[in-house]
Amino acid sequence: MTLKQIQEILDAEIICGEDSLDMEITAAGGSDLMSDVLAFGQPGILLMTGLTNTQSVRTADIVDAKAILYVRGKKPDKGGLELAREKGIPILSTKHMMFMACGLLFRAGLPGVGGLQDE
Amino acid sequence: MFCDDGLSQHFQIQGGDFSRAGRVSTTIKEILQEVGIDPAIIRRAAIASYEAEMNVVMYAQKADLTLKLTPEEITIRIEDQGPGIKNIDQAMQEGFSTATDQMREMGFGAGMGLPNINRNADVFWIGSIRGKGTVLIITFLLKKGGKA
Repeated sequence: MTLKQIQEILDAEIICGEDSLDMEITAAGGSDLMSDVLAFGQPGILLMTGLTNTQSVRTADIVDAKAILYVRGKKPDKGGLELAREKGIPILSTKHMMFMACGLLFRAGLPGVGGLQDE
Repeated sequence: MFCDDGLSQHFQIQGGDFSRAGRVSTTIKEILQEVGIDPAIIRRAAIASYEAEMNVVMYAQKADLTLKLTPEEITIRIEDQGPGIKNIDQAMQEGFSTATDQMREMGFGAGMGLPNINRNADVFWIGSIRGKGTVLIITFLLKKGGKA
């Protein structure tokens, strides 16, 4: 699924990375807890979060996430936006809440990062 | 930055400086990318470094981080001046945390840091003296024997 399709499904605003809408996204993961993203995040994912500080963008960069989607109409703070531009990470913002955003993308065929938590 | 047996670079991390938290790890990632290390190893090193850096920002006054790169391995050594860890076995358990609300608002402090460093490292050593600080030595093997 391309970022453009994700944008259309979620009626999302493009915050930065307009040139990257043809980027192919093969999986997504959603969390407001960056500790969890660092533990479960896989390279190439769309990071879906409601955490808007600089750490959300830095975490995306560290785990090699391809793009970030902020839910509930949220937008990155100034430091986060600067870092995203510097690192070339596209950012979208949707007014949907986390569960709805995840559900709409999953229904459209975008899988999660897969697997169950190890015992 | 380069010495006879590889590369060595020092960084300082300031405790409590949430606005800059993670910059050192981003720089380390860029250095490893420039040198041409396997992306999967870079990713593990960046995650471990970032977790360790966040721990310093959240809990310690400051820390010295040394990145060493040889043909055989990457070593990240972090020595902080801070409160130390009361019980390392407990701190290594997922979910154990002494984080404040401010740390949790940053998206951290879930008790995943040290276990996640351990999960990503090929060799992980930790030592701590209460009231003085903590030392982490995190090693990633570049040849056979490392994690995939």
